[in-house]
Amino acid sequence: MSDPVTPLNHARFDGYVTIAEAGPTGMITLRGDLADPHLSETLHGVIGAGVPARGRAEVIGDNTICWMSPDELLLMAPRSYVPDALARIASAMGDRHHLAADVSDARAMIRLQGRALREVLAKLSPADLSPAASPPGTIRRTRLAQVPAAILFQGPDRADVLCFRSVARYVFGLLSNAARPGSEVHRTAGAGNPEQ
Amino acid sequence: MSIRLATGGRLIDRTKPLDFTFDGKRMSGFAGDTLASALLAGDRMLVGRSFKYHRPRGVIASGAEEPNGLVTLGNGGRAEPNQRVTTTELFDGLTCVSQNRWPSLDHDIGAVNSVLSRFLPAGFYYKMFMHPRSFWKHVYEPVIRAAAGLGRPPEGPDADTYEHLHAHVDVAVVGGGIVGLRAALTAAQSGLRVMLMEQTAHWGGRAPVDGDRIDGQGADAWIAATIAQLEKMGNVTLRLRCMGAGVYDHGSLLAYERLGDHLPHHKGPRHRLWRIRARQIVTATGAIERPLSFACNDVPGVMLASAVRDYIVNFGVAAGDAVVVVTNNDDAYRTAFAVKEAGLDVPAIIDARAAGGALSETARAMGIRVETGKAIAKVLGGKRVTGVALCAQDGDGTAIEEIPCTAVAMSGGWSPVVHLWSHCGGKLTWDEAQAHFRPDPSHAPTGQDGQPFVVTAGAASGALSADAALADGDAAGRIAAARAQGDHDTVADVPAPDPGTAPTPVWVMPRNAGDRLRAKMWLDFQNDVKVSDVQLAAQEGYESVEHTKRYTTIGMATDQGKLSNINGLAVLSQSLGKNIPQVGTTTFRPPYTPISMGAIAGEARGDLFQPLRRTPIHDWHDANNAHWEPVGHWRRPYCYPRPGETIGDAVNREVLAVRKGVGLLDASTLGKILVKGPDAGRFMDMMYTNMMSNLAVGKCRYGLMCSENGFLMDDGVVARLSDDTWLCHTTTGGADHIHAHMEEWLQTEWWDWQVYTANLTEHYAQIAVVGPKAREILQSLGSDIDLGRDALPFMQWREGTLAGIPTRVFRISFSGELSFEIAVAAGQGRALWDRLLEAGQGQGITPYGTEALHVLRAEKGFIMIGDETDGTVIPQDLNLNWAISKKKDDFIGKRAQERSHMTDPARWKLVGLETTDGSVLPDGAYATREGLNANGQRNTEGRVTSTYYSPTLKRGIAMGLVHAGPDRMGEMLRFAKVDGTAVHARVCDPVFYDKEGKQQDV
Amino acid sequence: MLILTCPNCGIAADETELSPGGQAHLKRFGPGSDDSDFEGYLFLRDNPRGVHFERWRHAMGCGKWFHAARCTVTNEVFATYSAQTSEPPQDVLDRITARRPDWQS
Repeated sequence: MSDPVTPLNHARFDGYVTIAEAGPTGMITLRGDLADPHLSETLHGVIGAGVPARGRAEVIGDNTICWMSPDELLLMAPRSYVPDALARIASAMGDRHHLAADVSDARAMIRLQGRALREVLAKLSPADLSPAASPPGTIRRTRLAQVPAAILFQGPDRADVLCFRSVARYVFGLLSNAARPGSEVHRTAGAGNPEQ
Repeated sequence: MSIRLATGGRLIDRTKPLDFTFDGKRMSGFAGDTLASALLAGDRMLVGRSFKYHRPRGVIASGAEEPNGLVTLGNGGRAEPNQRVTTTELFDGLTCVSQNRWPSLDHDIGAVNSVLSRFLPAGFYYKMFMHPRSFWKHVYEPVIRAAAGLGRPPEGPDADTYEHLHAHVDVAVVGGGIVGLRAALTAAQSGLRVMLMEQTAHWGGRAPVDGDRIDGQGADAWIAATIAQLEKMGNVTLRLRCMGAGVYDHGSLLAYERLGDHLPHHKGPRHRLWRIRARQIVTATGAIERPLSFACNDVPGVMLASAVRDYIVNFGVAAGDAVVVVTNNDDAYRTAFAVKEAGLDVPAIIDARAAGGALSETARAMGIRVETGKAIAKVLGGKRVTGVALCAQDGDGTAIEEIPCTAVAMSGGWSPVVHLWSHCGGKLTWDEAQAHFRPDPSHAPTGQDGQPFVVTAGAASGALSADAALADGDAAGRIAAARAQGDHDTVADVPAPDPGTAPTPVWVMPRNAGDRLRAKMWLDFQNDVKVSDVQLAAQEGYESVEHTKRYTTIGMATDQGKLSNINGLAVLSQSLGKNIPQVGTTTFRPPYTPISMGAIAGEARGDLFQPLRRTPIHDWHDANNAHWEPVGHWRRPYCYPRPGETIGDAVNREVLAVRKGVGLLDASTLGKILVKGPDAGRFMDMMYTNMMSNLAVGKCRYGLMCSENGFLMDDGVVARLSDDTWLCHTTTGGADHIHAHMEEWLQTEWWDWQVYTANLTEHYAQIAVVGPKAREILQSLGSDIDLGRDALPFMQWREGTLAGIPTRVFRISFSGELSFEIAVAAGQGRALWDRLLEAGQGQGITPYGTEALHVLRAEKGFIMIGDETDGTVIPQDLNLNWAISKKKDDFIGKRAQERSHMTDPARWKLVGLETTDGSVLPDGAYATREGLNANGQRNTEGRVTSTYYSPTLKRGIAMGLVHAGPDRMGEMLRFAKVDGTAVHARVCDPVFYDKEGKQQDV
Repeated sequence: MLILTCPNCGIAADETELSPGGQAHLKRFGPGSDDSDFEGYLFLRDNPRGVHFERWRHAMGCGKWFHAARCTVTNEVFATYSAQTSEPPQDVLDRITARRPDWQS
């Protein structure tokens, strides 16, 4: 098997926020009863942490668990670990009703770096992306212009955008366009100086 | 004549001269000028022509309410018509041209309409162009269309960029006058997120012009200090050149920021559209001065009194050297004083009030002649004011005296700007004392919690004096802050009407003016609506203000009646003998002033206009001359023309390559949905018309999905992956909505069923390898899967590796040939495609597109969702009864298919069609029968649903839905062509090729 | 431009993140039902001026369905609640009557 081709071939744009493809990353969609302690136990064994709180993502080393909906998680881990992780989930869950599927190639992951990343995202999403509403550790599923996406706030100057693979170039284009130098939004633009 | 004064002008910088051109003529102004002030400084009083009569028009206002001063700014990719000179900031090199005139502004042929105006009353077009009927299309409409339109649309693409920005704030304050500043400061002091926006380039609004003193300071000093204070607060966002355009449900506020209009070499977006969600919105939008309706009030040089004052104080520009002031209130006296202070002459203040006002004596003390109880009978002059005829306000307009002057400053009182308050349901109340409509705080727009979310402040509330307005602004800031934090008990103080600012209503000047004068009193300057037009409308039975608006076109111009609304409805109410509140206002709709199309589009242009979905093999297609076909948001190759080939040649070549050798299709766009759980079998049986629960693991079955209305919605091959897991293939267009459809039933109807689904469409690349040599090629790649006929029979699947890539191979066929569909992780899709091409090179492996796919399936009589179905077709119409389980009690659509119309034997059903001459039937053609239906149309008995040239059979083949079709084999039908001729086709079996199905089972 | 709080993920979602799903609490009539029941289920919908129960999906979000009780005149949202119920829960009804005392279901 050749090395997987990522949707954006490691594209990068240096605007007033840096936009760059991250990954490849292994991803597993896991659906099940998130309130079931057995599921949490399974996750601890497989990935090192339990079910995150609603709307939150838990980062443990190279692994991340994202809360996607009341019965869905997205597990992120190195790609090489995915087959093993799936096998472990299957064996630990046994007959308990769940669904786990490899979706490592279904999405693109685009990393935003820079202090103004929330501003760049606010040009495209109607969600309240302020630090108060979406502190680091939040995963916010929303739309970016015309397509669905999830934003994982990693820290004050880093966020990862997840979108479907087929629209990766569209989303990369949106983010790069929004981060073009010259389009910065200054909090008090034009306030004191009419010539500004 | 209008002039630049030797001194003064608080906003201009006389050390920075700027050059610009108007209608090609070079002119100059100063940094800080608006285009309007620079034009007036150069004595350019005539700036445009009115829309209907082409009357000469000059600047009348100094702000967003300007109806006359409209120009086309810029050129080429930056040309934009209908820009208001009053809101355009001057920059060096600005070019603009006047509109609505030919051949030139000063000599305009259309002005003949003005002479004929007696014959062009309200509703003229409606009345005149009725007869003869045939003239409308060929004579009237082309002529009217040629004359219509204000300005000319720009040619070529827009050279600028635009963007949207979503913002979430606690309190948004619209209007950066002193009241907005006060409200923002008060709200911000509670620590809330506050955004303050001002549509002009300057904070403070009219206060510095009016000479207001605030907290013991001059207005300019207070404004600077307050802004400095706000700038320091991290919770405050400040925007100049940013207009609150519209208020919508649930605290939604649209704001329009102009970043580049005043900076010709600006980098970055020209406009930014703010999509704001505010818990509370404060509208500190001020008030607009009303004109007075006297004869010839549209002559250039007649201006709003406040505008005359603005031009003197802000720009050092005088509208004339002798300014007559005409008013019904005290405020206009300040203009007279400003004119005097500038060293110019005020020949008279004409005050319609019998006793004058508080400032009449002050004026007289300054040596100004004040005429109380008087009116202007008529303005003298054509392209500019030369004087006014004085008369008694209570009379019929008999002139007492002619007073020479070069400008007229008029004031009919002030109307609060209630637009934003009204957009989302805020109600108005008629304030008799102040003679204006103001917001009724007890009927505010309400949000998702049912509580008010807009509060007005200052002049926008009806508080017209600076002190009352500031107090109201402070109250508004407090109320908004409290409400934003969930406290709805803090109530708004209704400002007491300020008697000093109250006008005496004067709707027609003079009161008993006759027809001749009323026909020259302009209400709507841009659309040429006069007092006489509104009165005529009332006479003709137009009682509703909304109907009168549309009949007379009052308020329908680009200024949306900012100057004309109140005067117009007052005239209407008088004519109808009703009170003003009984007549009411027309509806205020967003945006407050026009916003650019570019701002509305935002980033959605060019490559970002729409999302384009790409498969993992997209780039190969692109590099290999794919002729693209849009399928939803996907682009799929239609075919791959080679040099010298037509599209048709390429399709034929691809079809034959598949039938004779081997072809390759990128099928990655097909939907792939995983369904898993203890109840998954039961669920699959509900989703599909077929029985899916008894499908054996390792096998595939073609399935149909219907809507609850019984109609065929989607089809595809289902594979059973394990005891509790099924994989459903959908059509390309169906992936998302079929997944949503499944989830809808699981979440909202059978929520106790234990089933999970996952849409895996994008995780896989899928490649169909099709044709007699398909197996050979695959085997040559090396695989741990036995691909032999018996080891992997038709309609089964296996997992393993192929060319070292983990894969799932399905033996399914949509072409009738030996066919394998190979699914691999998307990141391996391109690698597999390349390996297949390489392996098949010697065998002539041929990538084929969607059109060859269509021809191949049509030759086999396979249906296509969207061709054979259109939302009104049930599976039974397509002879697919074999795929509808009779053993199941229920499935989605079953009950609907039991309805009498669905079981009617006379339904149109699928058949094949072959033309007698071998030609290709036109797509969508109808089979006609003798006679006409109830609507006088030709009777029909069928239609073509798929039609192609078959290179395999070397003739046209088609499928169609025909009345009782399957019972009519061999019958001849007549299909109408668009050119009026007909083509005959015989009803036949829809399977044209390999009826026994031998080719796919090898 | 509505804001509805998705009870599944707790997000106050913008209308553009949601898909509407029409009237709520329809009872499905399948095979064996009479024509008038089936017609009512498939085609006939309330169009009230005032309190209305409707279905929404958080399409550009968690993907889940939910119910909303909304005033069609003022767009006041009385409550959003689980999609997994065949009738509005009592606490939702209580909130509606608190705001609209004259309302009768």
